[in-house]
Amino acid sequence: MRFETPTSVDQAVALLAADPEARVLAGGTDLLVRLRAGQVAPSVIIDIKRISEMTVISQEDGGWRIGAAVPSAEMNEHAALKADWPGVVEAADLIGSTQIQGRATLAGNLCNASPAADSVPAMVVAGALARIAGPNGTRDVAVQDIPSGVGKTSLGKGELVTSIYLPPKPAHSGDAYLRFIPRSEMDIAVVGCGVAVALDDQGKISAARVALGAVAPTVILSQSCADTLIGTTGDDAALDALAAAATAEAKPIDDKRGTIAFRKDVAGVLAKRAAKIAIARAKGEA
Amino acid sequence: MPKDEYQSRDFKVVGTRPIRPDGIDKVTGKARYGADITAPGMLWGAILRSPHAHARIRGIDTSKARAIKGVKAVITRDDFTYQPEDSDMADILDNCMAGETARYDGHAVAAVAATSKSIARAALAAIEVDYEVLPHVTDVDEAMKPGAPVIESGRQQENVPKGYSENVTGRSQYGHGDPEEGFKQADLVIKRSFKTAATHQGYIEPHACLATLGSDGQGDLWVCTQGHYMVRNVCAGVLGLDAGQLRVTASEIGGGFGGKTHVWMEPTALMLARKSGKPVKLMMSRDEVFRATGPTASSSVDVKIGMTKDGKITGAAATYRLQAGAYPGGIAFLSAMCGFAPYDLENVRTEGFEVMTNRPKAAAYRAPGAPMGAYPVESVIDELCQKLDLDPLDARLKNAAREGTKSSYGPTYPAIGLEATLKAAQSHPHWTAPLGPNQGRGVACGFWFNFGGDTCVSLMVNPDGTVSLSEGNPDIGGSRASMSMMAAEELGVPLDQVRTIIADTASLGQNEVTDGSRVTFAVGLATIKAARHAVEIMKERAAMTWGIDPEAVDWRDGAAHPAGPNAGKFPPMTIKEIAAIASNTGGPIAGHHEVNAEGAGVSFATHMVDTEVDPETGAVKVLRYTVFQDAGKAVHPDYVEGQFQGGAAQGIGWAINEEYIYGDDGRLQNAGFLDYRIPVASDLPMIEPVILEIPNPGHPYGVRGVGETSIVPPLAAIANSVSRAAGVRLTSLPMSPPKVLAALKAE
Amino acid sequence: MSRIHVTTTINNDETDYLCETDETLLDVLRDHLDLTGSKEGCGSGDCGACTVVVDGRLVCSCLMLAAEAEGRTIETIEGMAGGDALHPLQQKFLEHAALQCGICTPGILVAAKNLLERNPNPSEEEVRYWLAGNLCRCTGYDKIIRAVMDTAANTRGAA
Repeated sequence: MRFETPTSVDQAVALLAADPEARVLAGGTDLLVRLRAGQVAPSVIIDIKRISEMTVISQEDGGWRIGAAVPSAEMNEHAALKADWPGVVEAADLIGSTQIQGRATLAGNLCNASPAADSVPAMVVAGALARIAGPNGTRDVAVQDIPSGVGKTSLGKGELVTSIYLPPKPAHSGDAYLRFIPRSEMDIAVVGCGVAVALDDQGKISAARVALGAVAPTVILSQSCADTLIGTTGDDAALDALAAAATAEAKPIDDKRGTIAFRKDVAGVLAKRAAKIAIARAKGEA
Repeated sequence: MPKDEYQSRDFKVVGTRPIRPDGIDKVTGKARYGADITAPGMLWGAILRSPHAHARIRGIDTSKARAIKGVKAVITRDDFTYQPEDSDMADILDNCMAGETARYDGHAVAAVAATSKSIARAALAAIEVDYEVLPHVTDVDEAMKPGAPVIESGRQQENVPKGYSENVTGRSQYGHGDPEEGFKQADLVIKRSFKTAATHQGYIEPHACLATLGSDGQGDLWVCTQGHYMVRNVCAGVLGLDAGQLRVTASEIGGGFGGKTHVWMEPTALMLARKSGKPVKLMMSRDEVFRATGPTASSSVDVKIGMTKDGKITGAAATYRLQAGAYPGGIAFLSAMCGFAPYDLENVRTEGFEVMTNRPKAAAYRAPGAPMGAYPVESVIDELCQKLDLDPLDARLKNAAREGTKSSYGPTYPAIGLEATLKAAQSHPHWTAPLGPNQGRGVACGFWFNFGGDTCVSLMVNPDGTVSLSEGNPDIGGSRASMSMMAAEELGVPLDQVRTIIADTASLGQNEVTDGSRVTFAVGLATIKAARHAVEIMKERAAMTWGIDPEAVDWRDGAAHPAGPNAGKFPPMTIKEIAAIASNTGGPIAGHHEVNAEGAGVSFATHMVDTEVDPETGAVKVLRYTVFQDAGKAVHPDYVEGQFQGGAAQGIGWAINEEYIYGDDGRLQNAGFLDYRIPVASDLPMIEPVILEIPNPGHPYGVRGVGETSIVPPLAAIANSVSRAAGVRLTSLPMSPPKVLAALKAE
Repeated sequence: MSRIHVTTTINNDETDYLCETDETLLDVLRDHLDLTGSKEGCGSGDCGACTVVVDGRLVCSCLMLAAEAEGRTIETIEGMAGGDALHPLQQKFLEHAALQCGICTPGILVAAKNLLERNPNPSEEEVRYWLAGNLCRCTGYDKIIRAVMDTAANTRGAA
């Protein structure tokens, strides 16, 4: 097993394209666990943390570009980013312990393609784009189009995600992400839910996005959930309708972390609670 | 039992809170635990484990592994040529290295020693095992049914009634009176069934050892264990060695809670060392700890209790079915003994069934059997109190065992502290603090026997008058501090004049493992007696110097004094002065004491907990927790409090989230700290410890063991709290959110 | 197999070592450099016993390849005390009896020190969440939290 430390995206792409058994190392919080368990045996590990453009958070066209090697702790310490997209930052902040925060990245969380990835529903409702570099150049793809199944991505040969772009925060908008775990920390989401809303001048919800995690092989961006909110003030009736829609949209499995019935119920509960926070943020109340 | 051991006195050192002597090493990273030692030429060992819950091993081909460069030894069961006659030893051998059959997911089938960890891993991957997968059973109730897959035939004891699978290996019965008559006198009788999941001790340090063993049968073993004498005796018994030729040294130990009172892999390390001719370091991964070392038993229990309107229990009965795992043994008999032990009952009967399953051999876990003994009983008592509108502390006080009570398991109690804990609970502000919506308060009592056992202590008075104390029990939570304190107390010297070490097996006589909360009691007792022995010698030396009778010498404040005016007028001789001239007065001065300590006082606790249940998700949050427990005498109150708090925290984990989860394939699905969810710092509130001191008549200072009782009440205390908060009785542990939410929705 | 040569700074000392690609920083600290104060409790980032600081950030050294450490600055428990003077946190852990078996203690001390450097006035809740990745099975955390809070209060008082 070789260890490579490219200093440019082009070098990384060349290394990745040259070897189908190569693996990209960002924070390593998933990769090293798999290595240790013998689940993966790459021929080469490509550490992207020496590529300077991938280690920074920068403002771009009113939005934010977050390098693929930026650890979530750095996002949490970035006041301006947090002010614009608190839901995304909070979701990233939920990934593992303080120690994991020092290493784990948004791009890694996305490309690991776990159904339970905390940051993914939050990024999806924020309308985040993943920038992909590959042998044929660079392209931007909606975050929800990256995971294609449990542990699988739509990335082609030689491609890697180099950054995540969070668009400009719309006026009178807010986002939130909540997950359910059995403990208060250190668990994988049993259910996750991201909600983003924008309000019109009358305080009615003019746009909404709702995404559910850990209730299907990949994240669910639910139009039926969003429709329950759009045109309403986010009143109790709308929230109850949202909860019912989220429960209906969830297609979970029974496993060691939860039952189908529990996950469907809690998807509704979290949707309602996350929506309340997102609406309050849109109103500038939180 | 020596009832006259306890004597009231004013303590100078005992009861204070000095800094522990091993503290600096432990806060600077210098302390050496099981995996922290190396030896010249050392090899790395690794163990191959069965992926099947139950399989016949048709053959093992190790040729490819042996061919890998750097592989120095590959062993299977065939290499263990000595066959122990003793059935317990034979079972331990079979558990360490499977013979014809792999009995559980994680059962060792082969092992290697190599020049690096990665070569050892590669060698494991190159071993080919031909398995014939057999039907398996991992559930205790299923395993009892006739027709269930049988783990091992021919192990059933004669006391098991007909109609059960051979997996039921033993049955025990306790009690007195006639519960059926008792139920007739009751105003309300409740019968319920309960389940608890298997939980692991969850010590943070995985098992680790470093072994050497020559062809002459001489060996050395460095190991993290709760009992290095036990490790020596078992390894010798399993491998056919002479115990005297095997020296075992206990490392610092990173938690045990009963799980390190057993041997899981040390004979394997010794065999690898013998085959390779090199020292071998063998460490378990966390996955191996969960799959191959013993959790405690899961349980299935029926309880029936009758109570009068004014809270008197008139009849009580319980049946406990506990899974013992892949080998005979089990602790259902302890559940059956402990369940009703806090109460003074006229009519009580319990029975316990020990059941083999395709799981790792169940191990001791802090008061083994007692938590699942108490949980169903305390739950039903709480429900009776709810339905009869009784105060749950009053009702328990009404039935509380006290001095002279004939216990439900047989003996009559001497002075005990249950009432004191209940009264302390009643008068504590926690009991009357207001509760918010969706919140509930639960209380429960718990009992543990405590234990004494074989103990040796040696106390040396050094030429400069300082004191070296050798004991033979690994220090699992501050016992070197408490031994030094008791020695200093007895000798009348400053604490910093005493240093306590844990001797290896060649340096001190036999010592029982660190179990049964025995160390502060039994090793403390032997320490006090060893100090008294040394004092007697020092009194003789002073008498000789003064030319008076030793009977005319008193010992106080670390010095010999003439006993009175008639003894003569001499200035006191300090320990330092006596030590300085010891060579001229008869030679070095040392005291020692060897004993099978009896008189360990039983201990009781009452726990009180507030929880809040999220009615929409079933999540349980622990808001406030108070422990009331009798310590007899708290030698070092900080570490007594630590035992109270730690036991409560483990009980909270057991009650709410911890469980072994098996798939239909019989494989353990959560062999890691991610999905085996022990409490993290943000899960818990402060845990308030309230120490009661009702002296144990069987110890000179009144000490009782404190380590285990604290895990007995939490399961029921939390279940009672959650049941009151949720308005529905929860009868299955853990009370994980899906279970609680399902119960709420069923209401 | 050719090994990777890594030069790094550990506890203020320039250190170099050879490692294989699949060796973790924890493997190298413990097996090659004899810095056994960092413990392996799980090997999967779930227990925190191997916690070290890399370039100012807490990481689980079991979840970092040794090869990644090139040019980095690493602090371990062995570097916490200054000579024979204990760090205030170490002293408070002793005074509060905030350890029983002590296996989690190095990781918790390293994590707590990093917290107090970032936040000298943490609430109890902040301490509990910051340390949620450091499992302790003995203490129920009570005395650990008190020791950290007391250290913070003392340090503020002295400042």
